[in-house]
Amino acid sequence: MTAVETTTYDVARIRQDFPILGRRLSGDLPLVYLDSANTSQKPLQVIEAIDDHYRLHNANVARAMHQLGAEASAAFELGRDKVAAFINAPSRDEVVFTKNASEALNLVARVLGDAGRLGSGDEVVITEMEHHSNIVPWQQVTQRTGATLRWFGVTDQGRLDLDDIDTLITERTKVVSLTWVSNMLGTINPLDVVIAKAHSVGALVVVDASQAVPQIPVDVAALGADFVAFTGHKLVGPTGIGVLWGRYDLLAELPPFLGGGEMIETVTMAGSTYAPPPARFEAGTPPIAQSVGLGAAVDYLSAIGMHNVAAHEQQITAYALGVMQEIDGLTVVGPKDAVDRGGAISFTLDGVHPHDVSQLLDSRGVAVRAGHHCAKPAHLRFGVQSTTRASFYLYTTEQEIDALVEALHHTKKYFGA
Amino acid sequence: MRWSRRCTTPRSTSGHRGTVNVDSLYQEIILDHYKHPHGAGLREPFEAEVHHVNPTCGDEITLRVHLDGETVSDVSYAAQGCSISQASASVLNDLIIGKSVTEGMAVLDTFTELMQGKGKIEPDEDVLEDGTAFAGVAQFPARVKCALLGWMAWKDAVSQALVTTSASTTGDPA
Repeated sequence: MTAVETTTYDVARIRQDFPILGRRLSGDLPLVYLDSANTSQKPLQVIEAIDDHYRLHNANVARAMHQLGAEASAAFELGRDKVAAFINAPSRDEVVFTKNASEALNLVARVLGDAGRLGSGDEVVITEMEHHSNIVPWQQVTQRTGATLRWFGVTDQGRLDLDDIDTLITERTKVVSLTWVSNMLGTINPLDVVIAKAHSVGALVVVDASQAVPQIPVDVAALGADFVAFTGHKLVGPTGIGVLWGRYDLLAELPPFLGGGEMIETVTMAGSTYAPPPARFEAGTPPIAQSVGLGAAVDYLSAIGMHNVAAHEQQITAYALGVMQEIDGLTVVGPKDAVDRGGAISFTLDGVHPHDVSQLLDSRGVAVRAGHHCAKPAHLRFGVQSTTRASFYLYTTEQEIDALVEALHHTKKYFGA
Repeated sequence: MRWSRRCTTPRSTSGHRGTVNVDSLYQEIILDHYKHPHGAGLREPFEAEVHHVNPTCGDEITLRVHLDGETVSDVSYAAQGCSISQASASVLNDLIIGKSVTEGMAVLDTFTELMQGKGKIEPDEDVLEDGTAFAGVAQFPARVKCALLGWMAWKDAVSQALVTTSASTTGDPA
């Protein structure tokens, strides 16, 4: 069960960048933060960038003519440049800032419907392992347009069931929207297969990369999808900013999402014309300090190297899967080995409800998430109402996994399970 | 008296006392109700059935009420959820059956007040009996909704049952 740290990756050094990881909880217990799939912790570099922005450069963007306005505008747009480079977007104008990944997915679904790209007889294909934010917007737009919603099932092993791909993705399919890495099962989906099939029938592909961008190197140009959505706060950035990347030619022909300031070309009382992307999709004052923080976050991850982050995630997940599955009565819901798998492990513990598990773990300083993780259909697929989820990131150590295992043994004893 | 006796004996835990005190949440009496719920299962007859869900955590309960005139003659339920929500439904079953609707509503009010009291209200043992064990839950804001799930379902069901029974006694089609 011992795993050797790579010589280039110094997790102890990385942890020093995250002030919160040094926190003591009540009872003077050290924090064991295993809830990074929910939200990641933030390094000093991000905290200080946001602090610096508010202290020295704060102004509204793209309209203030004074010096601070110019600085804030430059800082906000620099965040866009950095994000574009981080995901290898062919153009910075393909990076649309939203408030989170949910809004990014809603944006795509809404404007595709408004553009008349969905109607009666058309189909949208999603999967049974989606987060609610990649289910509900598609239910709404298909109901609104008369299109039909279909979905891939999930195998007993927690993998996407591709057996019926040829009957699911057909000439009727207009959009295929799926997650890259499941937030509940941890599964990494074979996007290449799905994208190739979808494009062969002329369907657009939307990828929910909320759990992928934080933990694996992402190159949207190489990926070949049409839209990719993710959020800043899961990749050591601030809350309040999400990203929709879209192919420029597509963004350019789609109608606006929200109306308001900054998304227009000109406005008269009789009507308005709209700005080109990305401004067309960014009505109102944007997340300015959040863009600065997100820029610092991707700088931070790039300096460590996303390949190193991914290797660490893989290693710590393999270690956790090993030691956790030695616990009697613990069942991992999702792939049981660390192949094509992200760093979120959902599980059940015989005789103890997940809320009670998480409460007991919390009493030992171990922070995990319990519930349906906004993936009720995926839970239903495995016949469970809820699970406990431990999730890891670039700062997670094997000692923390050991603390989780010890706390799980304590939980079993406490409930006599 | 039963509650007092059992709760004055602190739970034995392997160290870590005085931290986040989960022992005040997980009283023996709650764990007993969780492991051996009273009156669980769905029964007939009933005048109203409701299904309540806690959307944030997914806990759910289907609950039926049978009224015999003014008396709550049965509360039957099928619940899926954590120890707190399950034990709470079990205690509700103990407390409510045999009481009048008015008395049951008064118990509900007392229990709700205890849950919303942030741990500062002294539970009334005469009214709440085993329900006093939930006093500790009030100190865990995230778990208050667990304790209230069954009670809110009961309040809903009994309101519907009253409509049904008054409709049938006035000759309206139910």
